Amino acid sequence: MTGLEAFRAEARAWVRENAPKSLWETSGSGPFEGYWGGSKCEETDPDLLRWRDLGIEKSWTAPAWPEQYGGGGLSREQENIIHAEMKAIGVPRPVAGQGLAMFGPVLLDYGNDAQRAQHLPGIARGEVRWCQGYSEPNAGSDLANLQLRAVRDGDELVLNGQKIWTSHADLSDWIYCLARTDPNAPKKQMGISVVLVDLDTPGITVRRIDLISGYSPFCETFFDNVRVPTANLVGTENEGWTIAKAILGHERSSIGRSIARQPGSAQREVVARARKHLAVPEGAIPDPLLRDEVASLGMLEEAFHLTLARIQQSAESGTPGPEGSITKIVGSELKQRRFELGMQVAGTQGLGWEGPGFDADDLQYTRDWLRSRASTIEGGSSEIQKNIVSKRVLGLPEGKK
Amino acid sequence: MTKDRAPFLLLNEEQKMLAKTAHEFIRERAPAARIRAFRDSRDGVGFSRELWSEMAELGWLGLQIPERYEGMGLGFFDLAVVLEQSGRELMPEPFVSTLLLGTQALLLGGSEEQKKALLPGVAAGETLIAIGYEEAGSRGDASKPVTVAKDSSDGFELSGEKLQVLDGHLADRIIVSAATSDTGYALFLVDPTQSGVTVIRQSRMDGLNAAIVRLERVRVKSDAVVGGLDAGAALLGAVFDRASVGLAAQMLGASEQAFTDTVDYIKEREQFGVPIGSFQALQHRAVSVYTDIALTRSVVLAAARAIDESPDEVPRLASLAKAMGSETFMHAAKEAIQMHGGIGVTDAHDIGFYMKRAQSTYMTFGMPSQHRRRWAELHGY
Repeated sequence: MTGLEAFRAEARAWVRENAPKSLWETSGSGPFEGYWGGSKCEETDPDLLRWRDLGIEKSWTAPAWPEQYGGGGLSREQENIIHAEMKAIGVPRPVAGQGLAMFGPVLLDYGNDAQRAQHLPGIARGEVRWCQGYSEPNAGSDLANLQLRAVRDGDELVLNGQKIWTSHADLSDWIYCLARTDPNAPKKQMGISVVLVDLDTPGITVRRIDLISGYSPFCETFFDNVRVPTANLVGTENEGWTIAKAILGHERSSIGRSIARQPGSAQREVVARARKHLAVPEGAIPDPLLRDEVASLGMLEEAFHLTLARIQQSAESGTPGPEGSITKIVGSELKQRRFELGMQVAGTQGLGWEGPGFDADDLQYTRDWLRSRASTIEGGSSEIQKNIVSKRVLGLPEGKK
Repeated sequence: MTKDRAPFLLLNEEQKMLAKTAHEFIRERAPAARIRAFRDSRDGVGFSRELWSEMAELGWLGLQIPERYEGMGLGFFDLAVVLEQSGRELMPEPFVSTLLLGTQALLLGGSEEQKKALLPGVAAGETLIAIGYEEAGSRGDASKPVTVAKDSSDGFELSGEKLQVLDGHLADRIIVSAATSDTGYALFLVDPTQSGVTVIRQSRMDGLNAAIVRLERVRVKSDAVVGGLDAGAALLGAVFDRASVGLAAQMLGASEQAFTDTVDYIKEREQFGVPIGSFQALQHRAVSVYTDIALTRSVVLAAARAIDESPDEVPRLASLAKAMGSETFMHAAKEAIQMHGGIGVTDAHDIGFYMKRAQSTYMTFGMPSQHRRRWAELHGY
């Protein structure tokens, strides 16, 4: 047995012995599912909290981070194995969220020792929740157009402006922002810096945005003369765009993977809804056109999972291919098709909003369908992803946008 | 895909080397333009026997054939590596007939004598085997052959007509399906030189070679049966699954080549003073083809792996690979023609051959809609 195989056996045994049974088969085990933590967290599920504590005790909330920052000091391969073993039984990671999946890795790559020591242990323990301040009202797909100003005043930066689509800013403790530190830079991608801001700092206002689904995962965050120490600048001042792109790359692959859930689950879900709403307890779905569409979805789902596995295997073998660039495009499309089909089979039972005549599952499903419309927009729209693949993978010449 | 562990979807070092060697050999020696030359010269063979022999010497034809039948004793996965490359240039050599239909039928259902007699010749590039299953009116449904096998004193007497038998014009043996009862059929090995067999060459648009095989009271001994009597359906089904995966590997290679040629073209071709590849309307569609190819590669590799390692998964994954491979190739071919513009619909340009092959492979071994129906059945809905 190689070292990694032995580790897999160890990880499998530990996960299966310790993960509370109530959490099995509940999760796709992606980086954004499960306990997000932070000081404003109101989670009460005792099993979820116990799983969090066990993960912290084992240092497996951030397996590949250095031990001095609350990580497990393991290799990337070992971390992948741990996550794969959690996914195999469908339990969430003990702690999930932006801090672990996106901000922490950036701080490890670009931050200084003091910043890592200040922020990483709290993330690994699920005590401090982070959110991301990227988009602005006039900086969506054209992110580099951002205008949040950060002006030096002695050893402080003074922030003025607005962020939008700051996911869960209302539940977070800190935000990592892109701010314009040099408005006179020759290109708009220059003169941008990454700034860390404690959301309790005076001058910050957070307002939730209601979506068509009725959910409010997103917020607007306003900055009115917000003062933060210059020590909160990450990396080189005015060169934050490089870091921003690294985070976005990470976000896209994470979103793609997190959409994946369990192989076959989208097909099972739609078939189950067809059985329920079309009163076909077993056997073939009688409408051949509908059945064809479900099969088409099931095939896309299987192909997507196999492709994720292939990407993962290439990465593990040390020769990552360019296919990672398509995970967000395909994953978000798969998600939308799944909900579209699930809504179609429900017919008018899918039209409820609340109250009598609709069961809880159907009401939830309708909201999830509406929520899924955002999946091809958030984290870089499919159109932007296609621009990126076109340029970086296919090498097509840049044209007018 | 099982939940715990995905199949291994990468090539090992030897397979990477094999892919590279095959890619270079085929690009150099077997460009797609040959199809035009074979067609225009009304070549009696329609492919290159010399090239076929050379590939045999390189070991490619016997990759999956066990060593005791003078093959290399590797897996279907290794064969798929070469098939993908052969697809890139739409090679008209008898891969589908001999390696994907004939050889698989023998490996899955052949008697020891049959395998000993034929497989060494296949590996050596000398023996060609075709399968006849298509008939007038069968329309892609091979399950009810009109061709009959009547019991005779020391065997059977076969009568009927098979259409579009791939490489039937040159095959040394033709395996035909024939009804043995009201509901069942069997596969029979026929020597086309024996009395009662008439072979008539057919000409298809896609560069592949085919023939009508007419059987008039053709007498075969009982040892000509491949697999059991009445077992033809199960055997032919299993053969089609493997052949579908192999054809999907060829379709993957063809899609990849058509796409690469198209991307190269739109980088070069200028209109309005700029390369047309700078237009977003084309870029996004190119990415869509790229995405389909990436997904198809994963399913083809998984299906090929399953043939070697997880036989229970083969029906499901074969249908997945055939359905997606067909749709992807069709998508890639249509976009290739459209993005090439006027030159794309001229006979002078090779890209049109990809369109023709996309259509023929789409219709072979079941259309995508048939495979989706089967997928649904296999998943219980």
